[in-house]
Amino acid sequence: MNYNWNWGIFFQPNPMGTGTYLDMLLSGLALTLKTAALAWVIALITGSIVGVMRTLPSKGANWFGFAYVEFFRNMPLLVQLFLWFFVLPELLPKAAGLWLKQLPNAPFWTAAIGVGLFMSARVAVQLQAGIGSLPRGQRMAATALGLTTVQGYRYVLLPMAFRIILPPLTSEFLNTIKNTAVAITIGLLELTGQARSMQEFSFQVFEAFTAATILYLLVNAVVVTAMRFLERWVAIPGYITGK
Amino acid sequence: MIEISHVDKWYSPTFQVLTDCTTSVAKGEVVVVCGPSGSGKSTLIKCVNALEPFQKGDISIDGIKVNDTKTNLSKLRSRVGMVFQHFELFPHLKIIDNLCLAQEKVLGRAHDKAVTKGMALLERVGLKEHAQKFPAQLSGGQQQRVAIARALAMDPIAMLFDEPTSALDPEMISEVLDVMVDLAREGMTMMVVTHEMGFARKVANRVIFMDRGEIVEDAPKDDFFGKPRSDRAQKFLSKILSH
Repeated sequence: MNYNWNWGIFFQPNPMGTGTYLDMLLSGLALTLKTAALAWVIALITGSIVGVMRTLPSKGANWFGFAYVEFFRNMPLLVQLFLWFFVLPELLPKAAGLWLKQLPNAPFWTAAIGVGLFMSARVAVQLQAGIGSLPRGQRMAATALGLTTVQGYRYVLLPMAFRIILPPLTSEFLNTIKNTAVAITIGLLELTGQARSMQEFSFQVFEAFTAATILYLLVNAVVVTAMRFLERWVAIPGYITGK
Repeated sequence: MIEISHVDKWYSPTFQVLTDCTTSVAKGEVVVVCGPSGSGKSTLIKCVNALEPFQKGDISIDGIKVNDTKTNLSKLRSRVGMVFQHFELFPHLKIIDNLCLAQEKVLGRAHDKAVTKGMALLERVGLKEHAQKFPAQLSGGQQQRVAIARALAMDPIAMLFDEPTSALDPEMISEVLDVMVDLAREGMTMMVVTHEMGFARKVANRVIFMDRGEIVEDAPKDDFFGKPRSDRAQKFLSKILSH
């Protein structure tokens, strides 16, 4: 292989005039983190609502939850982003579509919301499983004490269900971070996007993607460690993996 | 206090679990419900506070109809204590918080008042020193005593017990029954599904025998143990009293 290794490339100025190549990658990392954070918030909130709906004693709510989950998890993420970014503006009334297309940071919002909704279906399924894994008597005990359905979820079912699904939720959080890389296809200059431009400007493809790989690994290692602490912090003495 | 009249319940159009059940529990009365498994006794007691729906007939507690859509079921349930076979303490809450949750969220009691009440009840069931522990750190018998205290914390007008000792190791049964006997002697209105005939002999006013979803026998305690009128009750008694 006739490759010109150059690890010093990171400290050379980039042609955009925004500092070094390293600065370019770090700005990509910042955008990745921002997108992932917003997407995860959307996934958690929407996923929790839909997950709860799937366990409510209401046929209508169950059906909505089912339809929502199947819609968002049965389509590739890439196709979903294309749908929101390229197709949706054309389907809307002209003025609304134009407004969408001219939205500043459109790729960022589309990526955050698109990845968020895609991941929310997965969060919903896990929360449903978590609630379903609780003994049926827990819901009955809450009801028998006079707690309303909302109170029963808030004080009895959800605190346990979320504890039970914390380990798989960690994986979903990591997936959210990694899935933001798909946003390169709608022009978002997140970490993968910046690594790609660095390669195009400098031809140092191995250095660029090695750096991106290490940055992804670091970020995810931080998340995994943080979630471990959280798991230990909310563990219940004497229960499953208690203190 | 509890009036059950002509209650029918179907799980499906062809599967009837309760057939024309009629009985009552007067204020201060202790009624024991027994019968072979699958006879519908647990289902019947769960219909009393509407944890299970029923299709025909009426149940009222203290003059309030359970099967009336206008009834505030949460409020009604908060006035009827219920103890389950599997305790159903909330595993993520300390013992004292298990006792305080519904007092505060349903009855709107101030936290310090709820704690005072809770501690007094824990002392009564002999578990005051365990207040700061979590349910999983207690034995089955202790957990069931906490569950009784949790129900009593709501100042119930009646107590329902659904096989409260069936999930316990033999040596823990008596500590739970002792608490229930005390409660009965203090004049609590109680409906108790149980196989503990010793308990029935000691404190029951009436014994109801159920089989295949029907109330086969509803008799004063002495009559029931002396000369049950139905063959099925006689057979049942001879089986469980032979050892």
